[in-house]
Amino acid sequence: MIFFLTSFVVSVMAASTPLLLAATGELVAERSGVLNLGVEGMMLVGAVTGFIVGHYTDSAALGIVGATFGGAALSAVFAVLTLTLLSNQTAAGLALTIFGRGFSSLAGAAFVGIKGPVLPRLSIPGLSDLSFFGPTLFGQDALIYGSFIILAMVWWFLNRSHAGLILRAVGDSHDAAHAIGYSVTRIRFGATLFGGAMAGLAGGYMSLAYSPLWAENMTAGRGWIALALVVFATWRAGWLLVGAYLFGAIMYLSLYVQGLGVAIPSALISALPYIVTVVVLALIARDRRRIRLNQPACLGRSFAAGT
Amino acid sequence: MLDRATSEAGPILSLRGVTKQYPGCLANDHVDLTVGRNEIHALLGENGAGKSTLVKIIYGVMRPDAGEIVWQGEKVTIESPAHARRLGIGMVFQHFSLFESLTVAQNIALGINDPAERVGLEKRIIETSREYGLPLVPDRTVHDLSVGERQRIEIVRCLLQNPRLLIMDEPTSVLTPQEAETLFATLRRLAAEGCSILYISHKLEEIRALCDTATIMRLGRVVAHCNPREKSAKELAELMIAAELEPQARSRRVVADAAPRLAVEALTVASPNPFGADLKSISFSVRPGEILGIAGIAGNGQNELMDALSGEIPTGQPDAIRIDGTPVGHMGPRERRALGGCFVPEERNGHGAVGAMTLSDNGFLTAAARKSLARFGFVRHGRIAEFARDVIARYDVRTTGPKAQARALSGGNLQKFLVGREILQAPTVLVVNQPTWGVDAGAAAAIHRALAELAQNGAAVVVISQDLDEIFLVCDRIAVIAGGRLSTPIPVAEATIEQIGLVMGGTQAKSETAHV
Repeated sequence: MIFFLTSFVVSVMAASTPLLLAATGELVAERSGVLNLGVEGMMLVGAVTGFIVGHYTDSAALGIVGATFGGAALSAVFAVLTLTLLSNQTAAGLALTIFGRGFSSLAGAAFVGIKGPVLPRLSIPGLSDLSFFGPTLFGQDALIYGSFIILAMVWWFLNRSHAGLILRAVGDSHDAAHAIGYSVTRIRFGATLFGGAMAGLAGGYMSLAYSPLWAENMTAGRGWIALALVVFATWRAGWLLVGAYLFGAIMYLSLYVQGLGVAIPSALISALPYIVTVVVLALIARDRRRIRLNQPACLGRSFAAGT
Repeated sequence: MLDRATSEAGPILSLRGVTKQYPGCLANDHVDLTVGRNEIHALLGENGAGKSTLVKIIYGVMRPDAGEIVWQGEKVTIESPAHARRLGIGMVFQHFSLFESLTVAQNIALGINDPAERVGLEKRIIETSREYGLPLVPDRTVHDLSVGERQRIEIVRCLLQNPRLLIMDEPTSVLTPQEAETLFATLRRLAAEGCSILYISHKLEEIRALCDTATIMRLGRVVAHCNPREKSAKELAELMIAAELEPQARSRRVVADAAPRLAVEALTVASPNPFGADLKSISFSVRPGEILGIAGIAGNGQNELMDALSGEIPTGQPDAIRIDGTPVGHMGPRERRALGGCFVPEERNGHGAVGAMTLSDNGFLTAAARKSLARFGFVRHGRIAEFARDVIARYDVRTTGPKAQARALSGGNLQKFLVGREILQAPTVLVVNQPTWGVDAGAAAAIHRALAELAQNGAAVVVISQDLDEIFLVCDRIAVIAGGRLSTPIPVAEATIEQIGLVMGGTQAKSETAHV
């Protein structure tokens, strides 16, 4: 039982981390009013750049840095398109995903099937060997701890800091923010880059820690789930954590059930994590007043300063 | 509270030859303006005269194409609103500067650049708002607040920064006469303490009472400088619109002793808004040919009453509201419209009209059934355009035509369109909330005439307004809404502004309802 519980918690944490990282980044972008549907594409580009950098430097840590830059670079393209050139955010985001998928396949073609470096797990003599608490609390890789720290920092930034207040103000009413003198475009640019970097980081986690190799389209729709999480968490950091871990847990359980050979169509079982996460979060987030309070009113709308 | 400047001589601000060209419109054409120290300076003009553009230039939101700005004797280029605030210029906006999902304190904090000044902000908000008679609760969220409360936030936000020049864009349009008097006392005190005030308003009497000098603009140009105390309100209005104003026909209609067209009995509705006012046992009736005015300070249940009458909040009690005897309390807006009820809500853009849609389409939205603008599920484009053109022509809506987007119209013009759209549907009952808020004198007079005409033709009209002058001008009877309760309507001829103002403040609301 302890063995099952330990492997359950460890697997769920690993499966949930990329979602949490990508969703945290998207949360910041959306709070500033930018709807970037290209999360999946940015994750894939992050995964492939992370893997390539890791492969050549033989360092998973440098790979993670590379992944972050990869995601941020792709989001910079999105930012120029939508914030500077004022193209439609929905269309540009979809294009970004398609481009990211194609580009990552192309760049990663020579790397399929090669083993890469693996992000090491924490090992504290004594503590990491404890039963259950050892592997779950003291034996994870740095990014799992990092995802909690970043989420906490983002929560603090958005809800407690003045800079975060300005960012939310820009997402709430770009006209008002402009009228009192904030640079809407610059703030959104920063938020978009952060979102891209986090998506890249999530991709890097996939290819350097979760399943340390490169495979075409290896994120398998996790970018879309991360996007949905942000909406169903009604743009609140705490609920992102709940959503991401719910998804991870059901993912693990469905694999486990499949392994037991229960006679349920496998397609249904693989669809289960997606369905349950969305349904549960939709039920939690029914409160219309909450949605009205938290949804950035200018989400997805272009802003051009009247000169 | 203000540190007096060293160079006391000379004006605080002067503009020379300021020009701003928009595509297709010269918004400011060589405007000269001089605001002296300790002066309350009025900026007067119709909607579209270029006042807003001019103050946006002064506040650094826009750059002029030509001309210069001299601030305290030095030529300056105002880069941004933050720069303007550092120079000592504060502005109370009429639109677009509050964040709906943020709290009062957060909204105010966003306008303060220096982190040191944000320490202990909530306490200072409470102190300042109390000192100037503008009560505010710092941790309430803006989207739960009424228009009047929102304006208080704007004013307090400015006052907290001890400005040397305060620009106020229509600050009293949502205040009671007593509240306005308190504000005037505040402004006079500020002026005496060394803060000049640039005051934009359409209320001419108010300008005559408050301001030392006036600059009058028309079509982007300055047409006159004068001392408003030496001119009559009529003279000022005529300078503003360059035409003689017809005296407002205040012909008392004879209200037939007929059965009421609109009867409301013991209407009790819980507000859908957690901070709104619940309606408590509201009763009144309006007969054909009668205009009932409902006065009150913003946030006392006006919006709830409007929504309950229009059917946006279904009451569930069919008998609570009757139109021509038919119980409608359980019906939605479309069914009530079919029975002859038409409604003009307070908020023009977003509630009364869809900003991104054309005037034609906006006309279709409420008039589809009564003007049969659709047939077999298809939209009849010809008739829609014709209807919109009719509204535009009959109500003097200044626009490029039925294809113009609603949000491209100025507040006054859109309001004329919305009021016209409802009146041309020949309603038997019309309910209109704040019909002339932020509307210039010419447009307000046109709207008032239209309401009077409608009543003359036998409709029952309810005017919900915070502007007591307006209610006294157009209504036959007046009632006051305070804390979700409505006082017994009394004939306007027997009421005085002071007495009504006191009831609005809530001091007499109970006794008013008691002596039915």
